[in-house]
Amino acid sequence: MTISRSFSPRLSLVGLVLAASAAVSGCGERPPVDSVQHGYRGTGMVQVYNPRLVAAQTQNNVVPEPVPAVPSDGPRARDVYKNVPVLGDLSVAEFNRLMVAISNWVSPNEQCTYCHRAGEGFESDSVYQKVVARRMIQMTQAINTRWGAHVGNTGVTCYTCHRGNHNPVEVFYKAPPSPQSTTLLGDNAGQNRASPSVTLASLPYDALSDYLSGANEIRVNGTTALPTGNRQSIKQAEFTYGLMVHMSDSLGVNCTYCHNTQNFGSWAGAPPQRVSAWHGIRMAREVNNLYIDPLKPVFPASEYGPTGDLAKVSCATCHQGAYKPLYGVSMLKDYPELGRVTGGLQAAAAQPGATAVQGLTPPR
Amino acid sequence: MAMLSFERKYRVRGGTLVGGDLFDFWVGPFFVGFFGVTTIFFSIVGTAMILWGASQGPTWNLWQISIAPPDLKYGLGLAPLLEGGLWQLITVCAIGAFVSWALREVEICRKLGMGYHVPAAFAFAIGAYITLVVIRPALMGAWGHGFPYGIFSHLDWVSNVGYQYLHFHYNPAHMLAVSFFFATTFALSLHGGLVLSATNPPKGETVKTPEHEDTFFRDTIGYSIGTLGIHRLGLFLAVSAVFWSAVCIVISGPFWTRGWPEWWGWWLNLPIWS
Repeated sequence: MTISRSFSPRLSLVGLVLAASAAVSGCGERPPVDSVQHGYRGTGMVQVYNPRLVAAQTQNNVVPEPVPAVPSDGPRARDVYKNVPVLGDLSVAEFNRLMVAISNWVSPNEQCTYCHRAGEGFESDSVYQKVVARRMIQMTQAINTRWGAHVGNTGVTCYTCHRGNHNPVEVFYKAPPSPQSTTLLGDNAGQNRASPSVTLASLPYDALSDYLSGANEIRVNGTTALPTGNRQSIKQAEFTYGLMVHMSDSLGVNCTYCHNTQNFGSWAGAPPQRVSAWHGIRMAREVNNLYIDPLKPVFPASEYGPTGDLAKVSCATCHQGAYKPLYGVSMLKDYPELGRVTGGLQAAAAQPGATAVQGLTPPR
Repeated sequence: MAMLSFERKYRVRGGTLVGGDLFDFWVGPFFVGFFGVTTIFFSIVGTAMILWGASQGPTWNLWQISIAPPDLKYGLGLAPLLEGGLWQLITVCAIGAFVSWALREVEICRKLGMGYHVPAAFAFAIGAYITLVVIRPALMGAWGHGFPYGIFSHLDWVSNVGYQYLHFHYNPAHMLAVSFFFATTFALSLHGGLVLSATNPPKGETVKTPEHEDTFFRDTIGYSIGTLGIHRLGLFLAVSAVFWSAVCIVISGPFWTRGWPEWWGWWLNLPIWS
């Protein structure tokens, strides 16, 4: 039996050690790692961080210096400038300070000329970016006044999303359907594309459209140990999973930040962050459906996505990898005018493209 | 004491690793040895501590009793007894008992003059346990990363720790481990089926020989691994399953902190198609 001699325990052991070291070195990360416990000990309710990745991430989430504060007395902006329906209540100094801040946040290179054309008065609405900016100011005020359940007292400013870019970088468009979606063969059923929107998983890559633009039911899991009539499919669960990995990825947290995975259906064992996230999903829906989509006629077609929609916000738009946008540093406290509703219904209705949004602006 | 006819073959003196002749005796059919004594010691002390821990806990429900590891704040230090210290002591006892049992198997192998295959295979199981409660916690800097000792609670831990990496099925070592677990049970069932068919012939036929078994498989699938080979294959599959299980958890956290799906970026970025 010569065959039996070819088996060498020593060689196998060397092979195992080699395979194990390949597995370890192939991961690309190393100890030490940081971990944050936020559940009872031994439950695995733990966030795990690579401090070197967090350090790199932190640099992208630094708050810019606030523009120096100015007095709130003196003439009102509406008395000095024409066509200021939303910010007319501000003092001229406050108004100009906010304009400077917005320029730095959104168009640091073009400054005023991104919204105001030379040769036309400041009151002109001929540049579409200006019309959009006005609506976005209203949106910011609405978020800060009506969505405290999600943004707390930290609030948001233009910078939370824009970060010095004309358009926020972390946005999504509705994905076009697979060309084979009407045929029997080759239909990927909206998944299996290793899309970055679902952290390269095979999960449905357009889950965001269903939940952050549409209002599909997210909680599809059964609440009993044995099947008792839950008709939701695995496919629906995968769409939910797609949204969930997007949220994890956007916040730089794992599933246990919001869930005790022992029972996804139960709120009782879930951390309070899950409630905050629940409100955040509804907030993103409102932002997309009430504030962004109705602006479509205002935008040039070159800004449309592959299916003719506007860029929409996801969790990543604000969070950008941080569990709280900008790691919870409040910029709103330096710009209190973004934290209250100024202007009003008439102001919103007076603007181009406003017919679609008329009556939807939150009341004073 | 009466002995079965074949017991004379293995009731031989010597082969002990520790203690010489002192513990080289049998109790009934069981060899004791130094490591038999330490196994008993660690098992009794460990079990007693679990029972005492349960008595201090909220329930006697067998499914829900749980001895949890310390909070992460204790790092790699000792924790108060009822805040994870008990878990630390029970872990010491468990490792003591498992390793003692393996060394007792070594002594028996030496008595029988056979290879160390059995203790070596068991060592992989012990290695997986030590990976979970010692190596990985040490790499992550806190005993609190160990799993709790409870029937339901350890399952909850497995679930949450899996979801710490968003989708554990994308863990490459987990893929290998799962595949090996399926393969080892599949191979065992095939092998069991073959043995049962060969040894239970229809009325009037004789029990089939290994040559018959070999011929059957050569006829049907073109190859027979043979009577010795199937056991080596079984050992390889079973040991591989356990080994890759240990790898899949030790890389989760110490060597990869993000979701496992993301890890596959290297595949998508291979120069042949990217």
